[in-house]
Amino acid sequence: MELSLTTRTVAGHTVLEVGGEVDVYTAPRLRERLIELVDAGSRDVVVDLERVDFLDSTGLGVLVGALKRLRTAHGTFGLVCSKEPLLKIFRITALDQVFPIFPTVDAATERDGSGPAS
Amino acid sequence: MATVRLSFSPAPVHVRTARLVGVAVARRAGVAEELLDEVRLAIGEACTRAVTLHRQYGLTDLVTVEMSDSDSYTVRVIDHAPIEASVGLTKLPPDELAAESLTDDALTTGVGFALLAGFVDDLQVRPVDDGPGTEVRMVWPVTRR
Repeated sequence: MELSLTTRTVAGHTVLEVGGEVDVYTAPRLRERLIELVDAGSRDVVVDLERVDFLDSTGLGVLVGALKRLRTAHGTFGLVCSKEPLLKIFRITALDQVFPIFPTVDAATERDGSGPAS
Repeated sequence: MATVRLSFSPAPVHVRTARLVGVAVARRAGVAEELLDEVRLAIGEACTRAVTLHRQYGLTDLVTVEMSDSDSYTVRVIDHAPIEASVGLTKLPPDELAAESLTDDALTTGVGFALLAGFVDDLQVRPVDDGPGTEVRMVWPVTRR
């Protein structure tokens, strides 16, 4: 399934909903969109992975890049993910210790919900 | 012993094709359904690594994926990049993953290896027999013959 990217605003956060497959072919589009959002002034960014069917190391690298970019910009960055196969990927790579991961968009966008990009 | 061999030019767009074929052959070989997500991810990571190396070194050689279903399901992903490139295969500790000093390429390589090592119990990375290159060999059990 092709990559889909949709942006909306929830409780002052920019929520980027990602769908489909994030891999070495499609990850550059995700990277570009995240850079656009930060360049346009978004500082509290949540990436919703609930509709992602596939995520590889390239996609994970893009997410880390966004976290670093927002850390530099004194923003916050969080992920929404409740699917066990994806959560296992975060655990195996130890990136669950790097990203704030929330089960729902509501949880991620609550006041002080998404952690500092650190 | 049925073997499927797929060769593709080192372009990111073809990695998905390799994943799809790899999973289709795995299913037919009798790999358990609950392992297929891991098979898909591991084949994707191995192919991504090969494509990335070929592009880094400006190589147009084809990347080869060989699938065999004799007593188990064996997948070999073969690149033709200089052997020393494989030295980058190291798992990164958590506190280095988001370090500013870590380049995007190094991060992706480290994370990719962590996924391969994490999802494949029987994993070997070794030089190819002839010429430059590395073979990533992954084996999964089959539950029916």
